[in-house]
Amino acid sequence: MKYRELANIDRQAEIAEGIFSLWLHAPEIAAEAVPGQFVSVYLNDKSRLLPRPISLCEIDREEGRLRIVYRVTGKGRGTEELSSYRKGDKIWLLGPLGNGFPLKEAQGKQILLVGGGIGIPPLVETVKALKAMPGGSDVRILAGYRNELFLAEDMGQYADLLISTEDGSSGTKGTVMDIIREKSLKPDIVFACGPRPMLKALKDWAVSLDLTCYISMEERMACGIGACLGCVCLSEEVDSHSNVRNKRVCKDGPVFECREVEV
Amino acid sequence: MQEKNSRILHSMSVSIAGVELKNPVMTASGTFGSGEEFSEFVDLSDLGAVVTKGVANVPWPGNPVPRVVETASGMLNAIGLQNPGIDLFIKRDIPFLKQYDTKIIVNVCGHSIRDYCEVAERLSDQPVDLLEINVSCPNVKEGGIAFGQNPYALEEITREVKKYAAQPVIMKLSPNVTDITEMAKAARDGGADALSLINTLTGMKIDIYRKQFVLANRTGGLSGPAIRPVALRMVYQAAHAVDLPVIGMGGIASWEDAVEFLLAGACAVSVGTANFTDPAVTRKIISGIGTYMEKMNIKDIKDLIGAVGE
Repeated sequence: MKYRELANIDRQAEIAEGIFSLWLHAPEIAAEAVPGQFVSVYLNDKSRLLPRPISLCEIDREEGRLRIVYRVTGKGRGTEELSSYRKGDKIWLLGPLGNGFPLKEAQGKQILLVGGGIGIPPLVETVKALKAMPGGSDVRILAGYRNELFLAEDMGQYADLLISTEDGSSGTKGTVMDIIREKSLKPDIVFACGPRPMLKALKDWAVSLDLTCYISMEERMACGIGACLGCVCLSEEVDSHSNVRNKRVCKDGPVFECREVEV
Repeated sequence: MQEKNSRILHSMSVSIAGVELKNPVMTASGTFGSGEEFSEFVDLSDLGAVVTKGVANVPWPGNPVPRVVETASGMLNAIGLQNPGIDLFIKRDIPFLKQYDTKIIVNVCGHSIRDYCEVAERLSDQPVDLLEINVSCPNVKEGGIAFGQNPYALEEITREVKKYAAQPVIMKLSPNVTDITEMAKAARDGGADALSLINTLTGMKIDIYRKQFVLANRTGGLSGPAIRPVALRMVYQAAHAVDLPVIGMGGIASWEDAVEFLLAGACAVSVGTANFTDPAVTRKIISGIGTYMEKMNIKDIKDLIGAVGE
């Protein structure tokens, strides 16, 4: 079930340059959301018609709260407006949207979570949920940054965290793929979210080692619920809904097994 | 006669080419799929009609992404009429819509006159109420807008489709023309039963840092409140140029907007891009029109149609 809910802003903070963390009180959505899903965020400036799809960073079911962590994409953009909201302000949300990571499939396996840049936030709730599953999971996280770190402690408290930075200021110099090569990693299953080149490199690596690898895709969206066909990605097979080789990122995804889609 | 409840004293039903709609609010093609995704937010039985996304004789993959981008009070789209083809549409989408007490209007697209006629013929024995012929999509290379920008081509395709269609035919007009009344008359002369307008206005957006077009298709169709005054003017002109029912659309996002179109001469309205801002907006527009009629003491919505300046 999806809800359109007027959410109360609880707190907002800039946690790295241009990266904002926002806690929202949205109990209906929080009650049903799972890691890897996203919400459509509607802005209060009504000249901005389209919602911003933003992944869930944390889900607090008990308190009915959601955390989103997002990047301000530029001056005068919708995300800049979003970053101006303060405690007590209200915004409309629609969610939870999309499918999320298949946590059950990972149970009892050696799991590698991989995030790049603004694809890192959904890994926080994902590692929390994996660690809370019965039987305990063997989880390792790779996080790739340009330079400044964010959410590292939020994730690092739950599992082993390895970091790469493009400028070498923390961890391995380069990208998450350099960590994978350096450590010769070979997990059973991978959950990843990040920029397209990272997802492409992960897919090539996963296919070459015959690993199961789920990737979270991103595309410009309009409706967010699968009706407008704005946010499709190419699929390997003819999709049963579209009847062509297109899947809807917002509804069929955003998480796909990497072999299902062209990256 | 039985005494009616005072709250339902006003009548919201309208008629398009002999098809009775319970109210004048429908969805704009391409913004609502075939209704399934929106049925979580709106009881489709509350709507005057559902207008489906365009369907062709065979599946179309549509354009590469990015397909959509927001603009000031609007958006550009270049979906390119991705659709599953008429076979799957008849098997899946029509039975889905038949579960609801609403009228079904199927939007028909094609690359050639023959394509359009084939889809119209396939729908002739289907439980569909009206056909809307899309001769105004700016995002496909062949067909689409090509038929909607030349009055001779428009008249010809209207006449040909009418030979195959069992249901009344609505011709959906493009605003990307010099004189909308010329196009309205051409559709009428070809035998159209009704008109709908406007489709999107062709537009463009450029990413100044990448020095690239934002949409993969370079151009897209502009929709949303940004185009509403243009749409309203064209609906007024078309409604006064021909004696055909006109369905008005273009940036309608509230009941106030809808009433403006009715006053301009539209006998029904379609809500498009506003569904992306609020998936339940159609329901709110319908109830808002009802409240307005009560407040203004308007007993029959037909008294509103074309009443501007009276």
